[in-house]
Amino acid sequence: MKTDKAPSKNKTLVTKLLFSVVGMFAFGFALVPLYDVICDITGLNGNTNNLAAQAEAGEIIDETREVTVQFIARENGDMDWGFVPSATQVRVMPGDVNMISYKVTNNTDQVMVGQAIPSVAPNAAAGHLNKVECFCFEEQILQPGESADMPLRFFVDPALPAEISKLTLSYTLYDITEKSSKLKAIAAR
Amino acid sequence: MSAAHDHHHGPAKGISRWLFTTNHKDIGSMYLWFSFAMFLLGGTFALVIRAELFQPGLQFVEPNFFNQMTTMHGLIMVFGAVMPAFVGLANWMIPLMIGAPDMALPRMNNWSFWILPFAFAMMVSTLFMEGGGPNFGWTFYAPLSTTYGPPSTTFFIFAVHILGASSIMGAINVIATILNMRAPGMTLMKMPLFVWTWLITAYLLIAVMPVLAGVVTMMLFDIHFGTAFFDAAGGGDPVLFQHLFWFFGHPEVYIMILPAFGIISAIIPTFARKRLFGYDSMVYATASIAFLSFIVWAHHMFTVGMPLAGQLFFMYATMLIAVPTGVKVFNWVATMFRGSMTFETPMLFAIAFVVLFTIGGFTGVMLAITPVDFQYHDTYFVVAHFHYVLVPGAVFSIMAATYYWLPKWTGYMYDETLGKLHFWLSFIGVNILFFPQHFLGLAGMPRRIPDYALQFADFNWISSVGGFLFGFSQLILLFVIIKCVRGGKKATAQVWEGAQGLEWTVPSPAPYHTFETPPDPTLIKAQ
Repeated sequence: MKTDKAPSKNKTLVTKLLFSVVGMFAFGFALVPLYDVICDITGLNGNTNNLAAQAEAGEIIDETREVTVQFIARENGDMDWGFVPSATQVRVMPGDVNMISYKVTNNTDQVMVGQAIPSVAPNAAAGHLNKVECFCFEEQILQPGESADMPLRFFVDPALPAEISKLTLSYTLYDITEKSSKLKAIAAR
Repeated sequence: MSAAHDHHHGPAKGISRWLFTTNHKDIGSMYLWFSFAMFLLGGTFALVIRAELFQPGLQFVEPNFFNQMTTMHGLIMVFGAVMPAFVGLANWMIPLMIGAPDMALPRMNNWSFWILPFAFAMMVSTLFMEGGGPNFGWTFYAPLSTTYGPPSTTFFIFAVHILGASSIMGAINVIATILNMRAPGMTLMKMPLFVWTWLITAYLLIAVMPVLAGVVTMMLFDIHFGTAFFDAAGGGDPVLFQHLFWFFGHPEVYIMILPAFGIISAIIPTFARKRLFGYDSMVYATASIAFLSFIVWAHHMFTVGMPLAGQLFFMYATMLIAVPTGVKVFNWVATMFRGSMTFETPMLFAIAFVVLFTIGGFTGVMLAITPVDFQYHDTYFVVAHFHYVLVPGAVFSIMAATYYWLPKWTGYMYDETLGKLHFWLSFIGVNILFFPQHFLGLAGMPRRIPDYALQFADFNWISSVGGFLFGFSQLILLFVIIKCVRGGKKATAQVWEGAQGLEWTVPSPAPYHTFETPPDPTLIKAQ
């Protein structure tokens, strides 16, 4: 009869189902790196490449068109720093390496550490904005009242889709004083 | 004490009956009472919201407390009222419907119920903690709930862990019962649709509740252990939270509606005195909806900035759900067509379900259209949409089920006059409550705000009046149930003239132990 075999049948079934539960729990965590990978490959979400691009000498410069690159800078939350780009927008030829700088000022009376996180709109352009040198690659430590000019050297990939004539590079500056490894290293000295 | 006597004992006396019971009927009853208590508590929170919104300006509560009310209302209704009610119905009815003596894992069943009151005691107690309870909406988007959440968020996270564990155990139990405990002759395609829809729901629960547990665990790590899953400063991404949450959240909304489809598919044939039209297509439609629920989650977040291809994919996939859902609505209407219909209270609720759920379905299709969703997003139009599918949808189906099976549970007929009064007041109340919210949303009123611009005043007071009418009408249901438990006209085993299925072959009230020997296979008919 069916019911006689029920306990062992239940055991195998429950084991399988518990495996699925553990598997789905792990899958939830696996989605975190998967999400980053998908964003990196597709440039969805405006996530730009956070590694320095190699500007090859004699890179082909597309002289047939110019695109506008706009710069936005803001501090996250109520972080009391000044953070402004030297220009709000520039016209560049794809492939040509350009440079601008951002002025940061620590308006507080404490040593603070900031980290800038970039984002590019429209999403389709995110993979085509290459940074040769960027302050966003490292943490910025500023003494109370200190100012600094932070350079950004970038070029727009000539493979940028033709229909995009304007792209916006946005930086949000985060206060990471409490989490900063740099500051801890200095304090330890 | 002889072995035979031991085997056929009745329930234990006193509180230990309820604390230590492994009986599916006792546990089902406890789930149902618990969910009713949570329904009244969550409803009280909703009335605080509607009282505050009765007029523009701040009258009764502080904005922060208002936010706690919207959050707790959502959490309690979703996890405390609707889900446990369906688990309670599953406990009571699935063994009776498939001719099994009990659930497959009775001790785990006891455990999965009894951890629920602790989860909700913990969650509700956050309201009395310093900084208040969760105030970030039931969707608890990070970083609102991590960086900016109140200190009590940790308790909220643990409560979600516990109730998630409860749901997972309940789901495992349902699957084991259905797959292993069916009476001889009860093939899969002869199972009542309530059993089918619950089987599929249980798989959905097992697939997505662990993801929810993972999300709140990541929140816990972000809050206490310095990780940055959802913190952009540390390389995380707040949008990732929304993807993870809605990967759970969208199947979750089907978890709350599929068992309702099963209930309606049981009630309409009974009172139309016809076989259910298109049984097979109902099963396949349910399975299709469950599959589609995994690939549409991003329609909750069209405005986060997705590429065109993504928006189109999620738009079309979402609209595709209207097809199997339409099959179901068509089948219910076709079942009623030329039937000998009578309109007892369960049937009234079932018909109201079909009509009002369809309205909620249509607004869902409107919301699926990406370009217009940009206008509707986070407005009262969304609030109206999901309340139409959840209140006159899921909740009405639970009420229909309660009236339908109450004579089987208690052995007495409920008071039909009071039942009809309850239905009509609820039906009128729910429409006055939620219909004007469509207009408010189209006019641009945002959700989750304690105060609003003056032009929204008229529809808001109408909605609040409906809210109080609907809310207080539920006390009639409480009265009807208590009255029916205490006595009334004796119910027969059959109860309803047109009712089909094994649960109607056992006496009313259903004895403490049923189907200890499997039922006669000739009683098992094709649906």
